[in-house]
Amino acid sequence: MNIATLFTPRNRKVFAAAFLLLVLIFLATLPLYGGSYYILVVTTILMYVVLTVSWTMFSGPTGYMSLATAAFFGVGIYIGTIVGEKLPLLVAVAAGGVGCFILALLVGLVTLRLRGIYFAIFTFGLLMFLSELILYLEINIWGSRGRHVFPASDEAVFYVMVVICVATLLTAYFIRRSRLGLAMQSIGGNEEAAAHMGVNTTRVKVLTFAISAVFMGAAGAIMAPSLIYIDPFIAFNMRYSFMPVLMAVFGGMGQFYGPVIGAAIFSYTERMLRLEYPYHYMLTFGIILILVILFLPGGLAGLIQKLQKARVISKLWNRGKEEQHANT
Amino acid sequence: MPILEGLDVTKNFGGLAAVSHVDFHVDRGEIVGLIGPNGAGKTTLFNLISAALPLSSGEIRFKGQKLNGLKPHQICKTGIARTFQQTKIFADMPVFQNVLVGASFGTPTRVSPSDAARVTTEALEFVGLAAMSASAAKDLTLVSQKRVEVARALATKPELLLLDELMAGLNPAEVSEAMELVTRIRDKGIIIFMVEHVMKAIMGICGRIMVLHHGEKLAEGTCQEIASNKTVIEVYLGGETHAGN
Repeated sequence: MNIATLFTPRNRKVFAAAFLLLVLIFLATLPLYGGSYYILVVTTILMYVVLTVSWTMFSGPTGYMSLATAAFFGVGIYIGTIVGEKLPLLVAVAAGGVGCFILALLVGLVTLRLRGIYFAIFTFGLLMFLSELILYLEINIWGSRGRHVFPASDEAVFYVMVVICVATLLTAYFIRRSRLGLAMQSIGGNEEAAAHMGVNTTRVKVLTFAISAVFMGAAGAIMAPSLIYIDPFIAFNMRYSFMPVLMAVFGGMGQFYGPVIGAAIFSYTERMLRLEYPYHYMLTFGIILILVILFLPGGLAGLIQKLQKARVISKLWNRGKEEQHANT
Repeated sequence: MPILEGLDVTKNFGGLAAVSHVDFHVDRGEIVGLIGPNGAGKTTLFNLISAALPLSSGEIRFKGQKLNGLKPHQICKTGIARTFQQTKIFADMPVFQNVLVGASFGTPTRVSPSDAARVTTEALEFVGLAAMSASAAKDLTLVSQKRVEVARALATKPELLLLDELMAGLNPAEVSEAMELVTRIRDKGIIIFMVEHVMKAIMGICGRIMVLHHGEKLAEGTCQEIASNKTVIEVYLGGETHAGN
């Protein structure tokens, strides 16, 4: 049997489904054999997958570079902490998601009239503003600087994160294939033309911006217990705005799976490098990033596609040579 | 009965009147040409009709309904589609998806995905791009990209089509093909309002011509009337020998 027939598009779909099932089974059973360290590692990786995929959901097709990820993540952390003190964990997570949805709707209505670099700067300003606002509230109104987070078991946090991650991936997948996805792509292609073709650009942008914020907020709310103590500088850390962008670029935004593998590999490598080379890890990491951006403009997903194409071409070439031999 | 009607249409950019006190109308079954020197306000007038720019004063009516204050996407849904002088295709998307955007969003009622795909296929066949539907739009030649824009506009099922310099940058053979395309669109029952510099095309297919100069309406009439109008020859056509070529 020819191995190449295993890789027809239809079979590839079956493989992808089987692979996803394996990953899900692995995740579902991880607490049975993995120690609490591994649970934490995988939870962090899933968190980055959620942040990266939800960032790509909006910023990928529209080309609007949002740096508000950390803002929604931070708001999620605070809402989760406050709600979770009195109510169950799942309610806290839902509240984080809904709260960020509403916040993103309001912010979106104001900011999405801005284009290009101005939008990026505004969303970054939002992060700074929210961080300072909460600091002000803590000092002057709530009367306590920072707060302790209610405890939750690592397993519970892990399982909720798995559910959020699956929900994020499903939403991103279906939006990409829906009318909304087509509308966002057209906005990224040429916003003026999209409007003249009947796309309500403001509504599409605000809606998808808000949908993407749901997952950022939910991820923040569920990560709160593992932080133990939070204050505005911990919750609103700008690395959560920049990491998803880097991870999406690293993985490649052209394919659906790009940001997923980007986030997973990136966050794992980062952790390993930091443990192995605590003094040189940033240096190594910087070099890897520069190499990827210089030589892999399509990211890892682009590289995979190139390799697939190269294999097809070399196969055709070999066949051509065989035929030549047959002719002579 | 005029389907599109402009009354005292004015657009000021600061102190400059780009379009000033222009009355115009387009009737059913017509191909109307809009000509004039560079900077006369032709594209501005199109931008006012399609709501890319808000009016400074005056009023535009389509099928008796006032268009003032509508957004571009709402204008499209009322049945006015347009193309652009500088092509504004969705460069990274395949040709099919470019046109699918128009088919999916351009109509007043929601279209099912299968209907949208069918309308897209028809529009691409109509403009002769069916073979290229899978190519990225940016890989097409200029003339094909302009056809993508026409197909995209047609997919929104317009009653009125605004064509902004469809023939600019095309060679004579391509101009003839484009003229044939415009006539076929008219034969489908779509009214056409077109800005054009290629006089051969204007004189060949338009039933009526309007001339703008410095934002004001200079003249209006049939091709013969415009070609023999002294002021028009003076400011735009530049000598009787060229007129009507």
